[in-house]
Amino acid sequence: MPDRSHLPQIPGLPFWPQQASEHAAQVDHLFLFLLAVTGGVALLVIVLLVGFSFLYHRRREDETTPRIAGSLPLELFWTLAPVPIFVVMYVWGVRVYMHTVRPSADAYEVFVVGKQWMWKIQHPDGQREINELHIPVDRAVKLTLISEDVVHDFGMPEFRTKIDVLPGRYVSTWVHPSKTGRFRLVCNQYCGTAHASMVGVIDVSRPDEHEAWLRDHAEGSAALEGRKLFLKLQCLACHSADAAARAPVLEGLYGRNVHLRGGGTTTADENYIRESIVRPRAKVVEGWEPVMPTFQSQLSEEDLIHLVAYIRSLRPGDTPVPTNHFPAPVGAPTGPAKP
Amino acid sequence: MTTVVDYESQAAPPPPDDEATRSYLTDPPGWRSWLVTTDHKRIALLYMITVTLFFLVGGAAATVIRLNLIDPRGGLVTAELYNKLFTAHGVIMVWLFLIPVIPSVLGNFLLPLMLGARDLAYPRVNLLSWYVFVLGSLVTLFAVLVGGVDTGWTFYPPFTTKSSYTYVNLAALGVFITGFSTIMTGLNFVVTVHTLRAPGMTWGRLPLFVWSLYATSVIMLLATPVLATVMVLIVVERALGMGIFDPALGGDPVLFQHLFWFYSHPAVYIMILPGMGVMSEIIPCFSRKHIFGYAFVAAASVGIAVLGFLVWGHHMFVAGQSVYAAMVFSALSYAVAIPSAVKVFNWTATMYRGSIIFEAPMLYSLGFVSLFTVGGLTGLFLAALGIDQHVHDTYFIIAHFHFIMVGGMVSAYFAGLHFWWPKITGRRFSRPWGRLASLLIFAGFMLTFLPQFILGYLGMPRRYHHYPPEFQVLNVLSSAGASILATGYLLPLPYLLWSLRRGPDAGPNPWHATGLEWQTTSPPPKHNFTRTPVVTTGPYEYHGAPHGG
Repeated sequence: MPDRSHLPQIPGLPFWPQQASEHAAQVDHLFLFLLAVTGGVALLVIVLLVGFSFLYHRRREDETTPRIAGSLPLELFWTLAPVPIFVVMYVWGVRVYMHTVRPSADAYEVFVVGKQWMWKIQHPDGQREINELHIPVDRAVKLTLISEDVVHDFGMPEFRTKIDVLPGRYVSTWVHPSKTGRFRLVCNQYCGTAHASMVGVIDVSRPDEHEAWLRDHAEGSAALEGRKLFLKLQCLACHSADAAARAPVLEGLYGRNVHLRGGGTTTADENYIRESIVRPRAKVVEGWEPVMPTFQSQLSEEDLIHLVAYIRSLRPGDTPVPTNHFPAPVGAPTGPAKP
Repeated sequence: MTTVVDYESQAAPPPPDDEATRSYLTDPPGWRSWLVTTDHKRIALLYMITVTLFFLVGGAAATVIRLNLIDPRGGLVTAELYNKLFTAHGVIMVWLFLIPVIPSVLGNFLLPLMLGARDLAYPRVNLLSWYVFVLGSLVTLFAVLVGGVDTGWTFYPPFTTKSSYTYVNLAALGVFITGFSTIMTGLNFVVTVHTLRAPGMTWGRLPLFVWSLYATSVIMLLATPVLATVMVLIVVERALGMGIFDPALGGDPVLFQHLFWFYSHPAVYIMILPGMGVMSEIIPCFSRKHIFGYAFVAAASVGIAVLGFLVWGHHMFVAGQSVYAAMVFSALSYAVAIPSAVKVFNWTATMYRGSIIFEAPMLYSLGFVSLFTVGGLTGLFLAALGIDQHVHDTYFIIAHFHFIMVGGMVSAYFAGLHFWWPKITGRRFSRPWGRLASLLIFAGFMLTFLPQFILGYLGMPRRYHHYPPEFQVLNVLSSAGASILATGYLLPLPYLLWSLRRGPDAGPNPWHATGLEWQTTSPPPKHNFTRTPVVTTGPYEYHGAPHGG
């Protein structure tokens, strides 16, 4: 059986999980509110059932009962009385949920790749780790997640949140740790034989400790790795910043609205950039021909994360200057380029 | 008893050798005649025997699961076997037991009797539905037991289509086939309710069990084809490599989840609505009171059937669904809670100023109402987006839906089985044993599943073969409860079978109930009634009724 000695145990109350973030406290408040209301209703039903059982159990064999076929006021009461209570539960539930959806501007960004059966984590400066996530306390952390194979789920019980990790597209969520410590990371979506072993640790440390950890694990940044891939795959042969370009220039692309061939616009976010590498013909930019070959099955999800990070980082003037040493990729047309 | 029907033969019972009153159990004689029977009562018994066997098999899988989870290291079985066991448990219990159990056993037996009809509208289709069910069940059982399937009953791709090397195609085929049996039963019930009501049996006089079966049948007709479609698509992607759900082939895994839950959420109501109908028959009878708010209980069944189709997205709050879709599905999920609450309050109000007797069916029913209430109220937690995000795919979910499907539906089936057993067999079962079993089931159930709510909130994910040691105490409690629950479920087997040989004669109406089915002999004759009954009042005229039982 797997060794669990490195995994965090639940300290504190045996019947209540730790709160690692402000969001966790808010989920707990909502939960306690629902517990109080539903507990009250359950108590009412049980008291009525037990009370009627005592009051009205048969005492004599010839007992008769009144004919009570119903009561419109009562029916209206218990049909309508739950409505305001449900509205409160609903609105409160949506508000709490929104905390994990709305982005925060100065977030620390982490990429997560799930695969059977491990979590691969990448930090913006290139640090990598497996089944461990080191993040700083008191700062928003944005997680962008994708799966290499099947559906997984990145579960963070002490943060009271989780998100399904899908193959083929990025999803993202946010946490804002409010205390340091080692917290649980679990896979919540059944993913095969070793599903129960796809667990790890979320290590929240003070900002200075986090900086030290980052220094100790420094590697080339994700964008730098992406630049190397960009040159190696000869993307530059077409996506150049000069008149010979056969494809749109990628500088300043991230976050812009892109007009698509055949009408419509889309925002150039991580998912759009990834899709345009994997399935270039899915969304072609207006004014360009669908000439790009697919890179599906040639690139791992980590490669794609590097490329996305590089393209995101391109500011005007950042595109490398192409040289004759970069021929067009196999399959690309070699005729004259269209403007 | 007030006269509900004009049934002259009761006043002057015909001689016992009269062909018109010979028990359906022996008319025609010989076991071979059962295999070609078109008698809805005999087909109901064929269903009863098959689903009881499946319940035992599915329960055996649950037993091994609970035994394995006593040890945090999951030492009893390997992870591979564990995954196959929970898949077998889910597939068998959902499709081979819970979906057919009340409609096909109690519904088949009672629907024509309650309507005053000789049989269902299509008796031969009814027999065909059983054979199709048996065929689909054998295929499914072979797939999940002999071959083994490790996908979970939810079959989520792309795991199912590219990562599972087990008998998925065969299991999908089995589920596909049983779906046709469900559709045939649903169709038969809808047509029967429309066309075969006795004179005077207006829609306002239909027993509430019939209303619930009607609502269930409509869901069966509309939802099951979607399940069939999705099973075909799974096999197509697996066998032909067509990209439907796997993004590597250009598909979308969330599409599967939409299709699957578009069937499987309404299927939850296929499983619980007939149980609610059983309650509406038993609680008035043992309270000796008219049902409280007949029209509202009936309308609630229809309301649940309609709204049940609009809430599937609440299974996908953390699955990459859009925020706005999540908000809409959350609101609709609160809406569907209202008709369920209406039913609970009406059953409770029915007991007010009654003359209550605590026979076994009533004890099971009180258990149902309590457990269903807990199951329904915990659903409110899951409908709240902020809470679902934390407890989704944990043991909180497991506890919630077992409260509905096992605490609710299985209790309702046992309540109905005990209530109508004298009608079905003509014999009475042992009262003390019946009461004891109902109490054991209630206590065992609570001990099994209450700890799982706590486990879920603490963050224990579902479908884990092993787990952190700090969860052990609660898991051991749950397994201890499961052993009591298993005892309670096995107990009726000996005393009910015993009653077949040694049970006292039941007479036509041992509970002094007012429904049409109690106006004929027990067991009923082949064609149910010697003369077509004429209905003059509603089905729950218990007020001022003389007592018996």
